[in-house]
Amino acid sequence: MSGGHTHASGLHHAGDTAVHRLPAEAKVAATVVAVLAVVATPRDQVGAFVAHAVVLLLVVAAMRLPPPALLRRMRIEVPFLAFAVLLPVLGRGPRVDVLGVSLSHEGLWAGWNIAAKGTLGVLAAIILSSSTPVAELLRGVERLKAPRVMVAITGFMIRYLDVVVGEASRMRIARVSRGDDPRWIWQARATAATGGTLFVRSYERGERVHLAMLARGYEGSMPEVHHHHAAPRAHLLAAVVPAVHVAIAVAALLR
Amino acid sequence: MTAGLRVRDLRYAYPDGRRALDGVDLVVEPGERVAVLGPNGAGKTTLVLHLNGTLRAESGTVAIGGVLIEKATLKEIRRRVGLVFQDPDDQLFMPTVYDDVAFGPANLGLRHAALTERVDAALAAVGLPGLGDRAPHHLSLGQKRRAAVATVLAMEPDVLVLDEPTANLDPAARRELATVLTTLDLTTLVVTHDLPYALELCPRSVILAEGRMVADGPTRDLLADTALLAAHRLELPFGFDPSTVRS
Repeated sequence: MSGGHTHASGLHHAGDTAVHRLPAEAKVAATVVAVLAVVATPRDQVGAFVAHAVVLLLVVAAMRLPPPALLRRMRIEVPFLAFAVLLPVLGRGPRVDVLGVSLSHEGLWAGWNIAAKGTLGVLAAIILSSSTPVAELLRGVERLKAPRVMVAITGFMIRYLDVVVGEASRMRIARVSRGDDPRWIWQARATAATGGTLFVRSYERGERVHLAMLARGYEGSMPEVHHHHAAPRAHLLAAVVPAVHVAIAVAALLR
Repeated sequence: MTAGLRVRDLRYAYPDGRRALDGVDLVVEPGERVAVLGPNGAGKTTLVLHLNGTLRAESGTVAIGGVLIEKATLKEIRRRVGLVFQDPDDQLFMPTVYDDVAFGPANLGLRHAALTERVDAALAAVGLPGLGDRAPHHLSLGQKRRAAVATVLAMEPDVLVLDEPTANLDPAARRELATVLTTLDLTTLVVTHDLPYALELCPRSVILAEGRMVADGPTRDLLADTALLAAHRLELPFGFDPSTVRS
């Protein structure tokens, strides 16, 4: 079987660093706290953002994520950055000249705010997803007392993403092999039919999976299959980074 | 501990009124391995779904080790009957193989060390020790199929039912699965249209056609009866002669 590259677990960067070894639930909580601290930092405290960035980059260095891999993953942010670039141009209010271009003063700050907080947030998410396998991540969320059924649904989604994508690509190849070459919207009929078929097939698969669950004693609630609990010291270690972010945010707010 | 299986006059029609099972009788002794042969559409999968109470019969009965399948016994029956479905992607739905194998016994109430022990034993029994941390989509189809067998072995069933176990497997994966199945000391029902596989695994076979059992006997004899096979759309692969196969 091929086609595994589309899978969400492709985000994980295997390694055995201190960051990788931290318990998943601690990393999830740390990421949420760090992002909240970044968001709470006032946008005019540029120094605080530099401090946030330094902390996150230190973590990236500690987990030995190669810069090219990091940059590739950061591309997801590009559409948001494009929006941030537009704000100074389209913004209203008093204008300032930057290199001969007249830009909105308020728009510049708004654009900076989005770009800085967005980039730092994405960086934090990349650290989490690169250092934690998907299955571990789900367990972490579950240990943080997220409803087990929600965790299960997310798990199913990730589990079957590959299966459905594989099915879709086989159907596309079969279509193209029979001379389908859609270029224009009015040629979309075959593609739309594929989508419909895929939906029906996935629905039927859902029913078969449910049967397989019932056959193994499923009675409406997901059982707990992991009982491993990390040492308190590991949780404390994971708390260091978000604590620094909170300290930076508080210092920035008090100035 | 292994138990026999007794199906008596089982009848079932699909919601659209089409008859799937039209009075099926089948007795399998404890520890026996029996192949259920039949062409596509003979009602094989429908029969399988009755064996653990997933489908409820219109009339007739199914009993496992003397316990009749009814609402009150459903939980016990589902522990005692392990179904391995045709597409392992339907059976392996958890993020890792370990989680998947643990799903059944965890539903039975196993926790902590007892659960881990059960999972490790099941994975070892199918020749996949140490693969618990893998995601199902990282396994080959042959490994997936054996992992699917492990998911039901972990429930320590008395009866193992496999629906088309060799579908899409390459010869090596077929052989590996056969090795696993012959080492298990369980009452086993192999539902298939793969006749050589039936001969390899099961001393006895039955033929299901149009919702009825039309033949029951030693696999070698049934496969030698070309008229019987032809009458029910069953065919041996080109060049395969059951009388020359040594058991």
